[in-house]
Amino acid sequence: MLALRNISAGYAGFQALFDVSLEVKAGETVAVIGPNGAGKTTLLRVISRLIDSTAGEMTMEGRRLNEVASYELVSHGIAHVPENRRLFPKLTVEENLRMGAFVPQARAHFEERLARVYRLFPRMEERRRQPAGTLSGGEQQMCAIGRALMSGPKLLLLDEPSAGLAPVVVQSIFEVVRRMSAEGYTVLIVEQNIRQVLKVATRGYLLETGRIRAAGTAAALLDTDEIKKAYLGI
Amino acid sequence: MDIFDIFLLEAIVNGVLLGGILALLALGLNLIFGVIDVVWICYAELIMIGMYTAFFLHVDYGWPLWLAFPGCTVVVAALGAALHHFVIRPVLAAEPINQLLVTGGVLFFLQGAATLAFGVEFRNIGVRLPIFEVGGMFLSLARLTAFLIALASMVGVYLFLKRTYLGTAIRAISQDRTTMPLMGVNPSRIFLITSALGGALAGVAACLLVLQYDIHPAIGLSFGPIAFLVCVLGGLGNMIGGFLAAFIFAQFISVGGYFFHLEWGYVLAFLFFIGFMFWRPQGLLGGKS
Repeated sequence: MLALRNISAGYAGFQALFDVSLEVKAGETVAVIGPNGAGKTTLLRVISRLIDSTAGEMTMEGRRLNEVASYELVSHGIAHVPENRRLFPKLTVEENLRMGAFVPQARAHFEERLARVYRLFPRMEERRRQPAGTLSGGEQQMCAIGRALMSGPKLLLLDEPSAGLAPVVVQSIFEVVRRMSAEGYTVLIVEQNIRQVLKVATRGYLLETGRIRAAGTAAALLDTDEIKKAYLGI
Repeated sequence: MDIFDIFLLEAIVNGVLLGGILALLALGLNLIFGVIDVVWICYAELIMIGMYTAFFLHVDYGWPLWLAFPGCTVVVAALGAALHHFVIRPVLAAEPINQLLVTGGVLFFLQGAATLAFGVEFRNIGVRLPIFEVGGMFLSLARLTAFLIALASMVGVYLFLKRTYLGTAIRAISQDRTTMPLMGVNPSRIFLITSALGGALAGVAACLLVLQYDIHPAIGLSFGPIAFLVCVLGGLGNMIGGFLAAFIFAQFISVGGYFFHLEWGYVLAFLFFIGFMFWRPQGLLGGKS
């Protein structure tokens, strides 16, 4: 579905990604793991066209993404849940969800998808008239994921959904990710919480200082000495 | 009843009517500032152009008012969009002071262009709406009409911002500009639409003012500064604050003018403004930032 070939990217005077290749197939939940500052968020921002890549090629279902405008990505079937959720704090939960369905193709399915999001996150229905800024961290993450689902994406990009949340809430967020993959969503998730994310992912990539260091099935990655020593402390 | 009281009541009612117009002026400015984060210093000059447009459409081209006024609104809406596209967009990433200066430049450009094109003589659209009497008070139908249309426009904008996808996107983009593309929204398009809406509000204001005032190239100066003070008093960018501030300010002008002298009404209003700013620099409902 999504393929990156030899992508490099960076900010002014600083290269953040070197020669990154990865692939996400339909129905998969793929994790990109790695420490803080490895370039994980940059990777998602490159895919969403918020940052230009300096080399390499990206395709979504065979269509080249490199020159697509960021606001056209939704129409290519990609929805991005950004770092720190980035909800519209003064809009209500339902208005935030409505913004997720802004593109004309999505508006026609608004009611049906809203019902689906409320089934996935009953909390959101209880709080639908509340400004998003007043939600707890975990609820905000649910709202952000729900907002992304409102566009009916083929591929969901999740940027550190567990960041800044209490351990109990982290559990419930990963449970949501697990349920989404069970429901057939294709997900590319970026996480520092390696042990947790590899429990719900089918495959994973290890990203360190902007380079892919290891790749494989979730089970295989958990088993590599490198990851055990450096990240899991075993 | 004492005759003294009826004149005071008349001043209060006139203040409310004036408040409606001021609120409409403030709404356009607040909308642009709240969403695009740029102050249109030349806002009142867009209204001046609108007044000329209404005048020429009605007097020279013989359009009836019900056609000339929507025509004027459309022209100023297009002017607002053009202002954004050609002047604001290139300086969106620039320092706020430069953005301010650029719209200030447009102010003088529009004034100069109007002087050159239309001359300095005063023109009047020649529509005289009657004065009518209610319970001993003499009220101007032009002011009452202006008040009602201003109120209806504000309700329309409110419903648009609350009930439609586009309106919600306009509110959303004012809260988080960088996340909007992820929603599939092209921010440039939203800015352009917002600017056209701000222009349309200036166009409506022009139609209402042209019924009460003569048109000349510097007419913008008689209500531009007041519109800014109202916005700042309410909290720049806060539409509800601007609405309330407009009515407070109008009461000072109207009732102050009744007790002392018309000019004193303005002096009192400005004194109140300065005092208020010492006490609450962020304005009535403005945030801290």
